[in-house]
Amino acid sequence: MIKIVDLHKSFGENHVLNGLNLDVQRGETMVIIGRSGCGKSVLVKHMIGLIRPDQGQIIVDGDEITNHREEELFRLRRKFGMLFQSAALLDSMTVGENVGLGLRYHTSLDKEAIQERVKSKLALVGLSGMECLEPAELSGGMKKRVGLARAIAMDPKYVIYDEPTTGLDPIMADVINELIMRLQRELSITSIVVTHDIASATKIADRISMLHEGKIIFDGTAEDVLRSTNPIVEQFIKGSATGPIKPV
Amino acid sequence: MANLLAFIGRKFISFIEHVGGVFVLLGRVLKSLPWLFGNLGLVVEQMSQMGVNSLPLVLITSIFTGAVSAIQAAYQFQDFVPMRYLGTAVGKAVVIELGPVLTALVVAGRVGASIAAELGTMKVTEQLDALKTLAIDPVPFLVSPRFIAGLAMLPILTIMSDFIAIMGGYTVALLFLDITSNTFLSGLKMFFHFRDVIAGLVKALVFGGIISTIGCYQGFQTKGGAKGVGRSTTKAVVISMVLILIGDYVIASLVF
Repeated sequence: MIKIVDLHKSFGENHVLNGLNLDVQRGETMVIIGRSGCGKSVLVKHMIGLIRPDQGQIIVDGDEITNHREEELFRLRRKFGMLFQSAALLDSMTVGENVGLGLRYHTSLDKEAIQERVKSKLALVGLSGMECLEPAELSGGMKKRVGLARAIAMDPKYVIYDEPTTGLDPIMADVINELIMRLQRELSITSIVVTHDIASATKIADRISMLHEGKIIFDGTAEDVLRSTNPIVEQFIKGSATGPIKPV
Repeated sequence: MANLLAFIGRKFISFIEHVGGVFVLLGRVLKSLPWLFGNLGLVVEQMSQMGVNSLPLVLITSIFTGAVSAIQAAYQFQDFVPMRYLGTAVGKAVVIELGPVLTALVVAGRVGASIAAELGTMKVTEQLDALKTLAIDPVPFLVSPRFIAGLAMLPILTIMSDFIAIMGGYTVALLFLDITSNTFLSGLKMFFHFRDVIAGLVKALVFGGIISTIGCYQGFQTKGGAKGVGRSTTKAVVISMVLILIGDYVIASLVF
């Protein structure tokens, strides 16, 4: 379980997170929605210690990580996998090397065993036989799927998805949605998904939280979100330019 | 006036922060060395990138450096210094100064820029964050192999550069300056001190450390996309070159 209490983070004069509270329960798919630039990615990067908070607590499985040293954070991160918005594949390595990178440096598996594990994870995301390709040879959707295979290669407890469907065509976006749901079903992974894609959010979420002006202003199921009378949530769901959220 | 003082103050604080940042990075590199012994493949790959791939450029630079130093020395010797000292002048200039410094400047331009651009691009495309989420510390994985490769390859490149530069001077002396092979070689041996070679190699070792450390540090400091990568690359080359020249002076004043 991940618990975030009174989280504050500013970059200069820009107060991105402003006393945010959030719980992520074990085994659920929690989707965090909000406008672009509202701090969703900053929030999830706090969960794995990529960004340090100015104030507040982040508790992962009962362990308060806010003041962890770098070495302790690296140990913590073995519980996590993360799919980045841009996939963030290491472009000096092949697809297979990218997926097997964590296994190579954190397990005692030999080369053959790592290759087997890489094959099985690539098969899980529908990319069998792509081990030898370079990231530059892949389409956007394929990159995301390789990023996902890399994120789950070490069988993490938590997987964070940062805008998993952004920049993809609707069909490929749905392929990614199905993958997220399948992984949660088959591997019992706790998923934290950051998105502004409402169709994706309502399809995959057990719970949706909306981040606005540095705080969680709504928390509920997909049905709750669609029925919400909160004017901010309503405007966001409808994608309307008029309402309490002012276009910047 | 107050604005000027504030500006100078900000620049000074920023300078101190960067100096501190470089030493913290070096500390983390030293701490990661035991891990690196188990992953020597990473070092070998960087040695190839930094050393083998720089060799053609270093050799071309060296042959002309040696040739020019022979011509310049002969021009300054005319009627005042006997030509039997030409080999001495070329040898001393190359081994003590030109070999290590010019090799380092060439490598700073080629390798320092490439390190900063590669790590800078990795930073702005979230590849460094991706490594961290895989619980892989980018310092041992990316910086330490480059640091060790820099320390190892600069002295090797310098030895090759020294040899080729002296050969360049020797060739020019024989072909265009009417000096016999025996005269040039006896001059070369006349005041040869092994200490000079060691001093040149110590310089090369320090310069190798400077190039890889500054390249990595500037890469890690990159912000803001392609423009930021360009800025880091330029800074890495400029700072490395300035530090090489300052380091050259400091080592020369300590050794000689």
